[in-house]
Amino acid sequence: MTRTVVYTLLVCVLMGVSAYAAFYVAPTEATMGLVQRIFYLHAPSGMTSLAAFLVSFVGSVMFLLTRKPRWDWLAVSSAEVGVAFCTVVLLTGPIWAHPAWGVWWAWDARLTSTLVLWLLYVAFLILRTMIEDADRRAVVSAFFGVFAFLDVPLVYGSIWWWRTQHPQPVVFTSAALDPMMRKVFYLSWLSLMCLMAQLIRQRYELEASREELRALEQELEAR
Amino acid sequence: MKLLSDTTVLLQKELQAEFRSHELLTTASIFILIVIVLFSFTFDPTSAESKQFGPGLLWLAFLFSASLMLQPSFLKERTNDTLSALRLAVGDPFAIFLAKLCANTVFLLITQLLLLLVFGVFFNVSVLPIFPKLALVFFLGSLGISTTGTALSAVSSQARMREVLLPILLLPLLVPVLIPSAEATRALFEPEHALRWDWLGILIAFDVVFLTALWLFGEYLLEE
Repeated sequence: MTRTVVYTLLVCVLMGVSAYAAFYVAPTEATMGLVQRIFYLHAPSGMTSLAAFLVSFVGSVMFLLTRKPRWDWLAVSSAEVGVAFCTVVLLTGPIWAHPAWGVWWAWDARLTSTLVLWLLYVAFLILRTMIEDADRRAVVSAFFGVFAFLDVPLVYGSIWWWRTQHPQPVVFTSAALDPMMRKVFYLSWLSLMCLMAQLIRQRYELEASREELRALEQELEAR
Repeated sequence: MKLLSDTTVLLQKELQAEFRSHELLTTASIFILIVIVLFSFTFDPTSAESKQFGPGLLWLAFLFSASLMLQPSFLKERTNDTLSALRLAVGDPFAIFLAKLCANTVFLLITQLLLLLVFGVFFNVSVLPIFPKLALVFFLGSLGISTTGTALSAVSSQARMREVLLPILLLPLLVPVLIPSAEATRALFEPEHALRWDWLGILIAFDVVFLTALWLFGEYLLEE
């Protein structure tokens, strides 16, 4: 319990610091101006959601191989957290796009593939609500989790080929990015990754308590 | 070897069952026909636009009909309670998937070829000169649809609301089939009739990735 409080507080402090850095430390971008600052939330959220989906994939594969319920809990927890971060990307994208491109939504490669990714994992969460039996649900959704994650590079590849007008990623490659901007970007990413870890941890514990409750109820019925 | 002989026997069973009743093929063909007719109201079908939008609409119609056609694949085994018998009959459970997905590919191809001719007439596109190239695109696309569709039919047959669930699971997963298939078909409809290997490459990658995944993890879906 105390550990949860400490972790949560740490994440809050880190989020606060990176928000401060994004608003006051990072220099204002020359052409886009203030609106560019949403980039410190938007792009790291996208990367964090992909990381969460990767964790969910690992959980699904490990569940299929070992059949230990805790892997299933990990898979569902991180899928839910990934969908939350993906939603942040889809909401902050249009807020940035409207002043920068003049439209709320453009069917460009990254936006479209993020939307498809979101749909895939929402389908995963819907599937889980449609199966009563806990063991079947775990197996079937782990299988779909594997399929969904394998689809991700193909979705990105095919949509990328199809069209692109998105600002190309400059964080990793280009020297044009201001060093301070790069530092703030990585700080934001770090804080969002910590937030993700904390959320997955909490959600995982919830799933564990649910399982415990289910076992107790069964025991009670058996008496 | 056992896998191959098991698959052949099961494939025969699937094909025989369908060719006796023709239920799936008739309903799916009529469904695609309805969709194509309804699509034609959204733009002028004789214009140059039809060459631009036609391939996309054609593949969209195939995808929708596939999400209906693939539904019974595993559902009928569950309602007739024949899944455990099938599992006992074969050595490797992958044979069940392989037979079903081969049968589904055949069914999809038959409906697609029928409808392609109708589409050619309706939208004034000459399909005969490019037929061999089109057949390749259709084969690769249908293999992708039936591989994922057969697996997800086994998934959705175990859930509530399965009729709605299968399209929800399947259609977003099939984005990497829809785009390359439609683009490759469009390139064939253009005057040069070019076979676009970049698009076919994505289709082949999709087919290989999901066939391998089904081979590795498919058997978990068949547990009782």
